[in-house]
Amino acid sequence: MTDQMKAEQTEAPEKVDGVRVGEARPAIPGMDQEGEKLSPDLAADDTIRARRSANAGSDSQIMHSRAERPWSFDVADFSLPTGREEEWRFSPVKQLQGVFEDAASDDREGDPAASYALEVPEGWDAGTLAGGQAPRDSVLRPADRAAAVGSANAGEARYVRIPENSEHAEPVTVRVAGRGADRRSNSHLVIEAGANSHTTVVVEHTGSAQHNGNVEAIVREGASLTLISLQRWDDDAVHVGQHDAQVGKDGSYKHIAVTLGGRIVRLNSNVRYEAEGGNAQLFGLYYADSGQHLEHRSFVDHNSPRNTSNVLYKGALQGEGARTVWVGDVLIQKEAEGTDSYEKNQNLVLTDGARADSVPNLEIETGVIEGAGHASTTGQMDAEHLWYLMARGIPEKQARRLVVRGFLNEIVQQIGVPELEDSLMEAFEAELAISDN
Amino acid sequence: MSTLEIKDLHVSVILADETTKPILKGVNLTIKSGEIHAIMGPNGSGKSTLASTIAGHPKYQVDSGEILLDGEDVTEMSVDERARAGLFLAMQYPVEIPGVTMSNFLRSAKTAIDGEAPALRTWTKDVKNAMGELKIDPDFVTRNVNEGFSGGEKKRHEILQLELLRPKFGILDETDSGLDIDALQVVSEGVNRAHEANDMGVMLITHYTRILRYIKPDFVHVFVDGKVADQGGPELADRLEEEGYVNYLKGAAA
Repeated sequence: MTDQMKAEQTEAPEKVDGVRVGEARPAIPGMDQEGEKLSPDLAADDTIRARRSANAGSDSQIMHSRAERPWSFDVADFSLPTGREEEWRFSPVKQLQGVFEDAASDDREGDPAASYALEVPEGWDAGTLAGGQAPRDSVLRPADRAAAVGSANAGEARYVRIPENSEHAEPVTVRVAGRGADRRSNSHLVIEAGANSHTTVVVEHTGSAQHNGNVEAIVREGASLTLISLQRWDDDAVHVGQHDAQVGKDGSYKHIAVTLGGRIVRLNSNVRYEAEGGNAQLFGLYYADSGQHLEHRSFVDHNSPRNTSNVLYKGALQGEGARTVWVGDVLIQKEAEGTDSYEKNQNLVLTDGARADSVPNLEIETGVIEGAGHASTTGQMDAEHLWYLMARGIPEKQARRLVVRGFLNEIVQQIGVPELEDSLMEAFEAELAISDN
Repeated sequence: MSTLEIKDLHVSVILADETTKPILKGVNLTIKSGEIHAIMGPNGSGKSTLASTIAGHPKYQVDSGEILLDGEDVTEMSVDERARAGLFLAMQYPVEIPGVTMSNFLRSAKTAIDGEAPALRTWTKDVKNAMGELKIDPDFVTRNVNEGFSGGEKKRHEILQLELLRPKFGILDETDSGLDIDALQVVSEGVNRAHEANDMGVMLITHYTRILRYIKPDFVHVFVDGKVADQGGPELADRLEEEGYVNYLKGAAA
């Protein structure tokens, strides 16, 4: 538990459905300043299309709401992160210089920095979109330096359009394979799920690169899209990315980030709503070994009434210097009456020397909601779990494995692609073997 | 024929602040295969401490004395070794384990106890039959261990394991608590089946005499303040039913 969370718990209560609101809403420095300005110049810069919430003064230098976080397509609007900024303070920014640079992909003749493969089912549209060409850039708004340079340098975005009313039982996989740890790769993927379509799209990352990949998902009315981002990189890969989605009326969006590989991975999974009746589920599963920094940030923007969201990220850590970060923002705007939302992060620390940071931020601007809650737990394996299994004759090592697999299984069960689920369970076995758990 | 022998056992509980508090103050007890021993006594007398200590819960520390299973000192063994040696504790508060299915758990436990995986066909049939006898819903095997189970379901699940794992000695820690009369009967029948099928020795820990209508003890021991204060045959239970523990408690206070 971070100091902020401790501090938050001692705040004077003023609650709606058990959640602090109004003046008692957490306003501790660092707690809800995800959008703190990157440089003083930004405040005066008209090109920044940042919105301000009603509770912030126009001359405010400090952002009080996640909604105020600036976003821009212009790289110049974001200075190089130093690590002192709220949204970069957990990240190893020195090692991220390669993906902060305003640079093109290191593509060579017949040898791209990252190869890209996709077999589109019959009837689907697949093509490319230039910067600003609809529906590109209609949903994804670069919210930090990494996302802005990624967007600016991606060139033609890959575009997949799932036809209206289509149902495709088999998942469709986009394979991104990095071809060199020192090679910069920028990509932008736009997935548009046509009205009332039902699909699962898997974006699989393997190999190695300095990968800056943005993903933009547009879920049309009544559509259901499961988007699984698999990070199965080699040990020396660096990956930053912003995945933004907009859920249409009665639409349903499930984003699952699964991060096992890579030296540094930092993914932002954001969602907002176009109308009412939408449901968003943001799931995450990560397993960090010695030397890995795996960071996941989620932001659910309840910007319209009567939508639901559920966020659950679970992680396991093992080995000296294994590091994970989860920052989960949920904003329930004034107009978002009837919202029902929940977010939770759980971390299982399997050895000494590992560190998990977990920061849930919940901002509520209306009391007329169905529910809103957040929870975070980080700890070692529950000794009572081991006790029960061992009391049935199961040796300690096997008991520990059962408990870890069980812990991670809650997210794996959400995937709904049997081969992928099996493959992940196998990968966990290999991970567990590393720490001799 | 097996023997579980407890000799002058002194045990302390390790408290949250890591200080210890003595609970058992010299327990002597011998159980042989096929025998049913009821351990009775008021709350706080150390009955459950005895059960958890035999199974090896890390919260309890043996200060002196011995627990011998066929002459081997159980206190030297790890928790899982004790279970594989033939001891089974039906817990008062079975633990919920998220994400681990019952079928996976039961198979893992059976494999560990027997030293080899059970033959798939007979195992599935055995599990199904045992579940049927205990009136456990068939879809229960797909649920996670004890997760969302009612108090009665958890107890039936403990007895299911007792029947499937076939221990030499079954230690039942207040298995009757929180059961309605129908569930009590179902659970008791399960214990009796395990007792008959495997000549299992039983240590039945209970606060109330009610369960003794269904599971007939050969011996009754009364626990007071961490020691056996009285023992006898089944007639002792009848006397406790009428008089309660009050006479023993007076003695302990004096």
